[in-house]
Amino acid sequence: MSSNVPTDLRYTKDHEWARREGDLIVVGITAHAVEQLGDITLVTLPNAGTKVTEGERFGDVDSVKAVSELFAPLGGEVVEKNGELDAAPESLNEDPYAGWMIKIRPTNPADFDALLAAADYEKLL
Amino acid sequence: MAETLANTPLHDAHVELGAKMVAFGGWHMPIQYSAGILAEHRAVRERCGMFDVSHMGEIDFCGRGAIACVQRLVTNDIAKLTDGRAAYTVTCHDHGGIVDDCIVYRIGPEHLRIVVNAANIAKDFAHFRTHGAGFDCTIEDVSSEWALIAVQGPAAVGLVAELAGSSLRDVPSFGFAPGRIGDVEVVAARTGYTGEDGFELFIPTAGAVSVWHALLKAGAPAIGLGARDTLRLEARLSLYGNDIDDTTDPISAGLGWVVKLDKGIACVGHDALATVRGAGSTRKLVGFRVVDRGIIRDGADILDDAGAIVGRVSSGGVAPTVGGSVGLGWVPAAMAQTGRTLQLQQRGKTMAAEQVAGPFYRRPK
Repeated sequence: MSSNVPTDLRYTKDHEWARREGDLIVVGITAHAVEQLGDITLVTLPNAGTKVTEGERFGDVDSVKAVSELFAPLGGEVVEKNGELDAAPESLNEDPYAGWMIKIRPTNPADFDALLAAADYEKLL
Repeated sequence: MAETLANTPLHDAHVELGAKMVAFGGWHMPIQYSAGILAEHRAVRERCGMFDVSHMGEIDFCGRGAIACVQRLVTNDIAKLTDGRAAYTVTCHDHGGIVDDCIVYRIGPEHLRIVVNAANIAKDFAHFRTHGAGFDCTIEDVSSEWALIAVQGPAAVGLVAELAGSSLRDVPSFGFAPGRIGDVEVVAARTGYTGEDGFELFIPTAGAVSVWHALLKAGAPAIGLGARDTLRLEARLSLYGNDIDDTTDPISAGLGWVVKLDKGIACVGHDALATVRGAGSTRKLVGFRVVDRGIIRDGADILDDAGAIVGRVSSGGVAPTVGGSVGLGWVPAAMAQTGRTLQLQQRGKTMAAEQVAGPFYRRPK
């Protein structure tokens, strides 16, 4: 039952992962989150230009069972959303780390360093 | 907050299969197995699957007054049943609200069984004892003596008949007959909660595990409560506690076909139900298909044309076989109209839905 927690990513206690990509932060949900959700059927994401606030809802993931909210790991502006998840939300069940959701231009780039390291996130599981 | 959950006789068998166990109506039940809800849903629609529904209750009525007693307790006309036949019905309060929905089985002229929802066993038993007093009939909760496994899907009847006796193929819908799986005597009832053909097998508790393994070996995969819910919603079968409850009457809930008000012995709730039938419902349970992108969930608001909240979604979710999202909800009777659009609202988002008559999914003939 080992949940897959890549060591090169940062995490939130709400089971989002974050990765630095140049000036941007790429955000998705973890394998543990996906395992809890079950079959994912719909991902609702904000459009580019939307402001997000750390710890606040930026979208929803619907699984067959229920809907779950997505929380922003840090504050900033959405510069891109992964439109492929519209057509293939179930791809998150196969590889949640390939299925990124949004890219954020952080208001304060140093916020990234305050996110949980893999080892600390793993302790929450 | 420790809740004491009951286990069915098949609890260990679920855990062995890697089931995700959850609390459901006071029971520790499998919500899904390793295949996941969508794959389990598909298995039942395309071939077959089996469900542990041992948490459901069985209440037996024995004695010369058994038929009269049950006739008083339920709204359907069970005097028409012959031995080996069953009927879907509801049992109501004096005020017409639904105590539970259930199936009555006529085992013999002096022996009837009512199968009730797991979460309602104690409530139903008390209701039956109160309103069934004065008949020449004993009323006994025999739930602990029986396990119940539903085998459902287009291949289900063949699979059960192969194992339990080929004559079971001839059991009609809502009929039941004895069979034997290995050395376990079972009763196979041609009923279910998925919109598919199949059987519900009554099994003495001690034989449950051996029958479960025989069915698995014969090719019936285990299906959890998650898929049970998507299957029943597509078939537009009401779920007690969501779509119907103590405050809703069966006529307004679209179950008027099980309300027989002229059957000789007036059922509990007769006068209240006669009033609803005469004067019409003020609210109705309607079915709808979501037109916009989105998945509607239980508890979402239903709005009128002016945007005021006038109703509530009682069941909503993904419809894996018919596609998109479907649901049931209570609306003012004037808004209940096939084809009419409903505006639904959840988490600040509005979506349009179209009212649909009848089941969302009908099995191919």
